[in-house]
Amino acid sequence: MTSTDQDLVRHLSEVSVSVELETEDMTLNIGPQHPSTHGVLRLLAKVDGERCFDVRPVIGYMHRGYEKLAEVRTYAQITALINRIDWVSGYANEVPFMVAAEKLMELEVPERAQYIRLILSEMARISSHLVFMASYPLELGAATPLFFALRERERVLDLLESVTGGRFHPNFNRIGGVKPAAGAGSTQRKTVQDLPAGFFAETREAMDRVDGAVDQLEDLVAGNEIVLARTRGIGVLPPEVAAAYGVSGPNLRASGVRFDLRKVEHYLPYDRFDFTVPVGANGDCWDRWWVRLAEIRQSASIIRQAIDGIPSGPLQAKVPKVIKVPAGETYVRAENPKGEMGYHVVSDGGQGPYRLKIRSASFSNISILPWILEGALVPDIIAVMGSLDFVLGDVDR
Amino acid sequence: MSGLLDNFWVLLAGKVLIIATLIPVAGMVIGFAEMKLSAKMQNRVGPYFAGGRWGWAQLIADGEKFFQKEDIIPEEADAPVFKLAPMLVFVGTVALFVVIPFGPGLSIRNLDVGIFYALAVSSISTIGVLVAGWSSANKYSLMGGLRAAGQLIAYELPLVLATVGVVVMAGTMSLEGIVQAQAGWFGELGWTAGFPFIIPQFVGFVIFMTAALAELSRIPFDMPIAESELVMGYVTEYTGFRFLFFFLAEFANMFTMGALAATMFLGGYWVPGLSADVLRVAGPIILSVKIFALVFLMIWFRWTFPRFREDQLQSLAWKWLIPLSLVNIVATGIVKVVF
Repeated sequence: MTSTDQDLVRHLSEVSVSVELETEDMTLNIGPQHPSTHGVLRLLAKVDGERCFDVRPVIGYMHRGYEKLAEVRTYAQITALINRIDWVSGYANEVPFMVAAEKLMELEVPERAQYIRLILSEMARISSHLVFMASYPLELGAATPLFFALRERERVLDLLESVTGGRFHPNFNRIGGVKPAAGAGSTQRKTVQDLPAGFFAETREAMDRVDGAVDQLEDLVAGNEIVLARTRGIGVLPPEVAAAYGVSGPNLRASGVRFDLRKVEHYLPYDRFDFTVPVGANGDCWDRWWVRLAEIRQSASIIRQAIDGIPSGPLQAKVPKVIKVPAGETYVRAENPKGEMGYHVVSDGGQGPYRLKIRSASFSNISILPWILEGALVPDIIAVMGSLDFVLGDVDR
Repeated sequence: MSGLLDNFWVLLAGKVLIIATLIPVAGMVIGFAEMKLSAKMQNRVGPYFAGGRWGWAQLIADGEKFFQKEDIIPEEADAPVFKLAPMLVFVGTVALFVVIPFGPGLSIRNLDVGIFYALAVSSISTIGVLVAGWSSANKYSLMGGLRAAGQLIAYELPLVLATVGVVVMAGTMSLEGIVQAQAGWFGELGWTAGFPFIIPQFVGFVIFMTAALAELSRIPFDMPIAESELVMGYVTEYTGFRFLFFFLAEFANMFTMGALAATMFLGGYWVPGLSADVLRVAGPIILSVKIFALVFLMIWFRWTFPRFREDQLQSLAWKWLIPLSLVNIVATGIVKVVF
């Protein structure tokens, strides 16, 4: 054999003949205008047939610059901004910011105000989770659960409105307490008529109806084989990966991590209530759905306990006419419906914060998308995305 | 009069006219039923104002609206093919009406290979869908079209195999003959049942309805459209009149598929105890009632179930429906020979 022959033999042994059909990858641009990206999320996915890989979320279409806006506003004005971050649970956004300011001012918030904050926060959680219960089956193709979930959510929003005057953007908290309820009489007599007449009875009735709706939804959705086939074992998120990406809230608990800031932090008097933290077993889409369903029941139970044990007293601590927060910085985090919501407030002693850093749950939660969607099918992109339950306002701020 | 009707061209024109009025009317009635029934299932009122009462004119108003819309053809689209697609979708629907017997002797054409013909032309719609998906120059449309093609391959087989049991029992492929075989008052066919074939062929009926839903791409098999995934699938780029064609074809197809199932499994225009003379008048009404019972079933499914995934559909078709229908054929054959 000559050396060229040897080269040829070596060359031929290295060349493997491919008989597989080569298919061209297609770049699929999902969003920002798409029926199920919850607003203006954009996903750049490379797809090979129905299987996709290399998914890159593109965010920023909803950026409104709240952190910068907050620097040129007073603390009272910021309340109106921050309940627009996660607009599905507007009220719950206000509380941790108020607690942060109060912590810096070393204010003692009256008990009754804390209980009202807690009741309304849980109502925000119920309404947010009911939106999820409505939209998730829709993303899987079932339209009817939407109406059953949204009907009861409307009851809860009516209650929120009766107290605060707003359905989505209550703007109800004041530094040191809460505002007297809308239609509750003179703003001077803050101790007597703080909640609208008949609020407790209506809340009890609404909570019973919410429980009924949850049972109905469980029947309608969980009893369906197709839903199980579409969600079981899809988008599995192991607890260590979830923790590494900073996933929080129901998404983290669905992975089996029993971590709830309501049990850990003391931004509201949750330690006086008896409730459990539901956790999932596998961390798949089904568990994420189930955990939220179970949380609605727990929230309804917390609200019932709170209206039974609400103390009387003033609604507002004594605060100066012009609110100035002493220099210093603090970070307060809260368990919001979407996950951990935190405000890092840096004050230089002025009427507004020197710097406000907002840690929003959805932003961290969708950072998992490239990892979790690697190799998923196109229908599963939607199923997984929906199960993470994010709001674009909460992602971009 | 009878002389006029004997003229081939007059007869043809009359038949075309009947089909041309029947399809939009059937489509609209089913479309309206879908609106009202879905509203009932979701605690809504549904259409209410159009037409003064119950919103009965809602679909006429919708149709009128589509006529006023701009007819957009995307710049990148393959224009002639893009225009052809909605018509292709409609062809299958129209052609299917030809063989459906509405009463004794009341079919446009009683073909000896009726079922064979019906199943063959019903898949033309899917070609239209594939063409629409390909020519739109839109990635979502393309995926929708390809999903429809995959669905066709998976579901045409159980659809055909499910009808074999009926054909074996009736001993004929003519739809008219199948009705007569169920009716039991036409002795010349030899073996007459005297009961609708849904009783011995229940498995076949279930398979046929499942496959028909997939063929119609309705929930739970609406992957080619899959609003939450593919925006609107193969109809994403269509507007106005062309969109109306797809829209109407969907509802008219529900009618024809319901008619096929009713004819093969529910006895078609026949009910026990009525003579052929009565059925010649009452037949169309009886058949319509049966069709609408089946259409109600389809609407009910649509507003109850979520959608399958494409691979789940394939495994359902190949692992369950096809083996099941083969077993059904063998069992039917054995029963037919033994009894």
